[in-house]
Amino acid sequence: MNPGRAGTTRAVITIAIIGAAWLVIGMLVSNSYYQLMLTLVPIWAVMGLSWNLLSGYTGLVSFGHASFFGLGAYTVTIALVSFDVTPWLGIPLGMLVGVAAAALIGYPTFRLRGHYFALAMLAYPLALLYVFEWLGYQEVALPMKREAPARYMQFVDPRAYTAIAVALLILALLVSLAVERSRFGMSLLAIKQNEPAAEAAGIDTLRWKMRAIMVSGALAAAVGGFYAVVLLVVTPSSVFGMLTSAQALIVTLFGGAGTLWGPLIGAAVLIPLSETLRAELGDVIPGIQGIVYGVAIILVILLAPEGVFWRVRDRFSPTPAQPRKVPDVAGASQRVVIPRPSAPAIPGPILRVQSLSKSFGGLRAVENVTFEVQQGALLGIIGPNGAGKTTLFNLLNGFLLPDQGQIVFAGTDLVGLKPNRICRLGVGRTFQTVRPFARMSVLQNTVIGAYVAEPTSAAAFAAAQEALERVGLADRAEALAGGLTSKELRLMELARALAGRPRLLLLDEPLAGLGSPEIAELLAVIRSLSGDGTTIVIIEHTMQAMMRLADKLMVLDHGRVLASGQPREVTSDPSVIEAYLGKRWSAARA
Amino acid sequence: MSGLAALTESFLQALTAGLLVGCIYGLMCLGLGLIFGVMRVINFAQGDFLMLGMYVTLYLAAALGGVAVLGPVASPFIAAICAGPVLFVGGYLLHRLLVSRVTGTRVAGIEGDGHYAQLILTLGVALILENGGLILFGSTPQSVRTPLSASAWEIPLLHEGSAIFVNKARSIAALISIAAAASLYWFIGRSRLGKALRAAADNPEAATYMGIDVDRAHRIAFGIGTGVTAVAGGLVATYSSFQPYVGLEFVIIMYAGVVLGGMGSMLGAFWGGMTIGLVQQLSSLVLSPQLQNTAIFVVFLAIMLMRPQGLFGRRAERT
Repeated sequence: MNPGRAGTTRAVITIAIIGAAWLVIGMLVSNSYYQLMLTLVPIWAVMGLSWNLLSGYTGLVSFGHASFFGLGAYTVTIALVSFDVTPWLGIPLGMLVGVAAAALIGYPTFRLRGHYFALAMLAYPLALLYVFEWLGYQEVALPMKREAPARYMQFVDPRAYTAIAVALLILALLVSLAVERSRFGMSLLAIKQNEPAAEAAGIDTLRWKMRAIMVSGALAAAVGGFYAVVLLVVTPSSVFGMLTSAQALIVTLFGGAGTLWGPLIGAAVLIPLSETLRAELGDVIPGIQGIVYGVAIILVILLAPEGVFWRVRDRFSPTPAQPRKVPDVAGASQRVVIPRPSAPAIPGPILRVQSLSKSFGGLRAVENVTFEVQQGALLGIIGPNGAGKTTLFNLLNGFLLPDQGQIVFAGTDLVGLKPNRICRLGVGRTFQTVRPFARMSVLQNTVIGAYVAEPTSAAAFAAAQEALERVGLADRAEALAGGLTSKELRLMELARALAGRPRLLLLDEPLAGLGSPEIAELLAVIRSLSGDGTTIVIIEHTMQAMMRLADKLMVLDHGRVLASGQPREVTSDPSVIEAYLGKRWSAARA
Repeated sequence: MSGLAALTESFLQALTAGLLVGCIYGLMCLGLGLIFGVMRVINFAQGDFLMLGMYVTLYLAAALGGVAVLGPVASPFIAAICAGPVLFVGGYLLHRLLVSRVTGTRVAGIEGDGHYAQLILTLGVALILENGGLILFGSTPQSVRTPLSASAWEIPLLHEGSAIFVNKARSIAALISIAAAASLYWFIGRSRLGKALRAAADNPEAATYMGIDVDRAHRIAFGIGTGVTAVAGGLVATYSSFQPYVGLEFVIIMYAGVVLGGMGSMLGAFWGGMTIGLVQQLSSLVLSPQLQNTAIFVVFLAIMLMRPQGLFGRRAERT
C-alpha cells in the first residue's frame, strides 16, 4: 500500500518468480489431470483478482461477477461456432463485451450501497442465465478444428493451456498491482472506508468505481472466455450460475480481500481441494464442491474474517511499530514556515449565498439564509443544536441539493455540482463527526485530499507532507488513523482538507469533544491558517471560542439567520441571548 | 370479437393465477421481511430454507398420507403447515450457532463490516444447504402430488363457451397463506413476544435497557421467519415440482417482494410478494415461460434503482 518503489519492484519480481515457477512445474507434469488443476487454479485466481479489483478495494460486495465471466465465455463460443472467429480474437472481443456490460451494469447500480448493491448485482447473472437459455444456448460445444488447432487455441498438449492460464494470471496480477499502487487504488480504498469523506476530499467516487468495474469486467470476461476454451462446452448455469460468482468471492475472501496475493492464495488452496474431492467423491456425493466452498467461507468469516493472507502476515511479521512520541502540537503555529500558495485574488466576496432553503419533509432545516464571506475572512457560524448549521455546510459542499437559493463561489454557481467538483473548485471541508479512513496511515489520509490539486503521486505526497507540517502532525505521518486521539483526528482532517489547497475551508465543529488545552492548540492552528490568507467558515456552538477567533459572527436558529455582524454586537443582541439562554435570562439582562 | 374475448379470458386466467400465487409469495416474503425487519440481516439462505420446507412437506405428506383420517387430499397441506415448526427449529439453531456470531449486540457499532460478514456467512450456509440437499435428496425433480393438483374449478364467463380455471390446490394454498400471514401479523402486532420483537427491531440498545433479551428476540424472529417461509415452500410444492437448487430462484422472488414492499415493513412485504406473483403470471401473457423469472429480475432491478425504499416503504433507509 505504500507507494515505495522498492515495494512495487519486489512485487513485480515475486510475480515473475511465481509465473516462472508455475510454468516450470507445468512443463514437468505429464499427468493430464494435474495439468488441468494447474490451469484451473490460475483461472479462478484471475476471477478472484477481478472480483477483488471491484469488491475487495471498494468494499461494494458483488454477487454478480458471473455476468462478466459468462458473457466472456459466450462471446468466445458464439464467435467460434457462428462466425468461425478464433478464440485468440474471441477473448479480446469478450473483454470488450465485458467492459461494455460492466459500464451498463455499473452506472445505474452504483447508485446503491451496501445490501442493496449486493442484491442488485445478484440479479444480473441470473437474468442473463434465463435469457441465454431462452435464446437456445442451453449447451454449446466448441467445434474441434483439426486442420489448424493452434490457430483456434486448441492444443493436444495440455501444457499449452497452462501456459496461457499463467499468462492471464501474470496480466491480472500486474493490472492489480498497478491499480493498488496508484491514485486509482488509493481512491478505491478511500471509498471503501468512507465514501462521503472521499467525495468531499475531491475524489470523483462514481468515476473511480466505474473504472474499477470496467477493468474488473474485462478480466472476468477474459478468463471466462478462456474457461470455455479449456472446457470446450458452455452451459448457462456453468458460467452464469451462482457458484461462479460465489467462487470468485470465496477464493478472494479466503486468501484476503483487498490484497494482491489473497485471490491467488485462496485459489491455490481451495481449487485443488474441491476439484480433488469432486474427482474422488463426485459420483457418490454430487454436491461436494459447493459444500467445500460453503464450509470454507463460513470458517473464514468466523475465524479469520480478514483472510488467510493477513493472518499469516501478522503472525510472521514483527509486531507493529511502537506508538511514537507524543507530538508537540503546541509549537505548531511557530513551525509553520511554508508560505501558503497564493490564490488568485478576487475582488469582493469569495462566497455569496442568496436566500438558501432546504426542508426535510415538514422540517425547515435551512430557511432563506443569505450571507457573504470576504476573501481571507474568518466567519463563525454559531447556533444551538439543530439550528441547521451542518445542513448549511452540506448544502455548500454539495452533499445536499437546496430547494431554492444560490451559492456562488469565486464566480461559479455551486448548486447542483457534485461534492468532488466543489472540492476541485477549491472548497475544502471537515466533519462534525470526524470521518477518517481508519485503516490508512495519517499521511495516506492526507494524500487523498491532495489528489485534487496535484497531478502526480509524488507531488501529492509532498503536498500532504506539507499540510501535515502546517497543522503540526508531521511526526505522526505513519501512524494508522484508527489509533489517533480526538485532537489528532481533528488535525488530520484539517490537513486532509488543506492538502487540496482550498481557497475556502469549511470547518464543522472542529472543537467538539476536545478539552480546553486542546481547544487552545486547535485555535492556534486555525488562526495561523487564517493568517496565511485562507478564507475560513467555521461552525461552533461554544460562543467562547468563537469570540476569540472570528472576524464576524452569524447566528442561526431554527434554520434562519438570527443576527450577524461583529462578534461583540452579535453576542449582546437580545434575540441571540434569548435563543441561547431562554427568555428569562434575556429579560434579566435587559 | 372472439379475439378480444380470448384475450380477456387469458388475461383473467393469468390474473387469477397471479392472485393465488401472489398470496403464497406474500407469505414467503413475510418470513424474509420479518428477519430483515427485526435484525437487518440479509439472509441469503432463505431460499434454501424454502427448499427444505418443500422436502419436509414431501416426506411428511408421504407419512401422513397413510393415515386414513387425513387421506391424500388434506395430508399435503397439513404437512406443509407442519414444515413450519420443523424449520423454526432449524432457523433457531442456525441463528444460535452461526448467525448470532456476526449479528446482534456483538457487532453493534460496526455497521458495514457486520453486514458483509452476515451476507457472506449466509451465502456459505446457502451453498451447504443447496449441495447438502443434492446429496440427501438427489437431483430428480420432485413434487407433492395431491388429487387437487390437477383439478380446477371452472368459472364460466359472460361470453359463450369461455371460462377461467381455478386450480384447487393453488386456491387452498392461497387460503392457508392468507390465514398464516394474518395470524403472524396479529402475533407481531398484539402478543407480548411480538412487541418485544418490534422493540428489538426499532432500537436494540433501548430494548436491552428495558430488559428485553435482544439476542433471544433475534433468534426467535429468525426461527419464525424461517418457519413461515418453509410453510410457503411446502404450499408451492403442492402445485409445482422442485429440486435442491430451487432456492436461488425464490431468493430473488422474495427479495424482490421485500424490497418492493419497503425493507422493514411487514405488511409491505406481503403486498410486495403479491405484486411479484402478479408480475410473474401476467408476464406469461407476453413473454415465453422461460423469461418469466427474467421479468421478475428486471422488475426487481427497476425497483432497486428507482425506488429503493420500496413502493410501500414509509421511510427511506440510508445505507
